[in-house]
Amino acid sequence: MTSTPTIPPLTGTLTIDAPAEQVFRTFTDAFGSWWPAEYHIGQADMATAILEPRQGGRWYEQGTDGSECDWGRVLAWEPPHRLVVTWQINGQWQYDPDPAHASEIEVHFTADGPDQTTVTLEHRHLERLVDGQALRDGITGGGGWTSLLELLAKATTNQT
Amino acid sequence: MDGLGLLGDPTRRAIFELLARRPSTVGELAQQLPITRSAVSQHLRVLKDGGLVVSQAEGTRRIYRLNPDGVTALRAYLDRVWAEALTAFGKTAQAAPTDPEQEDQ
Repeated sequence: MTSTPTIPPLTGTLTIDAPAEQVFRTFTDAFGSWWPAEYHIGQADMATAILEPRQGGRWYEQGTDGSECDWGRVLAWEPPHRLVVTWQINGQWQYDPDPAHASEIEVHFTADGPDQTTVTLEHRHLERLVDGQALRDGITGGGGWTSLLELLAKATTNQT
Repeated sequence: MDGLGLLGDPTRRAIFELLARRPSTVGELAQQLPITRSAVSQHLRVLKDGGLVVSQAEGTRRIYRLNPDGVTALRAYLDRVWAEALTAFGKTAQAAPTDPEQEDQ
């Protein structure tokens, strides 16, 4: 169906001195407490981000004005070991409901001991984002990709 | 993870962001940054080697801009998002109380 070459997935690993149950709960229930607020897509400033604790649950942000913007869906909910969510945001920083344009994030929580957990994260199928018409238009036309980068620039400036 | 290293440096990130707004020469970039032209050139070389930036000669000027293929830059951008997010997550998860009945909502 697609001729877009595969983009290598992003991976990250970190070890945390806490039990897997707690680490999983912090990642999910308390998602909004740690996600950097500058990385959001809504027009309004982000008040919090919510990951609904069930398969099929929504992953979305809530703006300070009460608005909501979807980021993706929960594909696998296996506490406290594994979580898979989709990230389906196009080049205009909008939710793309087409599953064919959804990238996936898989997170494993492995107990190294009673009080130590290794978290492994993989963000894959990035080529599906590029397959999305809006992102492709953004890249070739300069519009969406530029606005994405402007957002990045703004976020970084606000930070400093 | 190339992008992480590439955009992890604050000066390179600043150059990347300036080029996102407008293709520029080394001199134009140096005017907007507190570093020398030769420092700008060095950072541009790293960004170019990493596939985030391309350059093109126009007369006697060399114009730098983001790689229009976009894929590498997208990946590098998301790479930076995750690097920051996971660092923040690690701090929060480490600091969270071990009390299993901690429910905020």
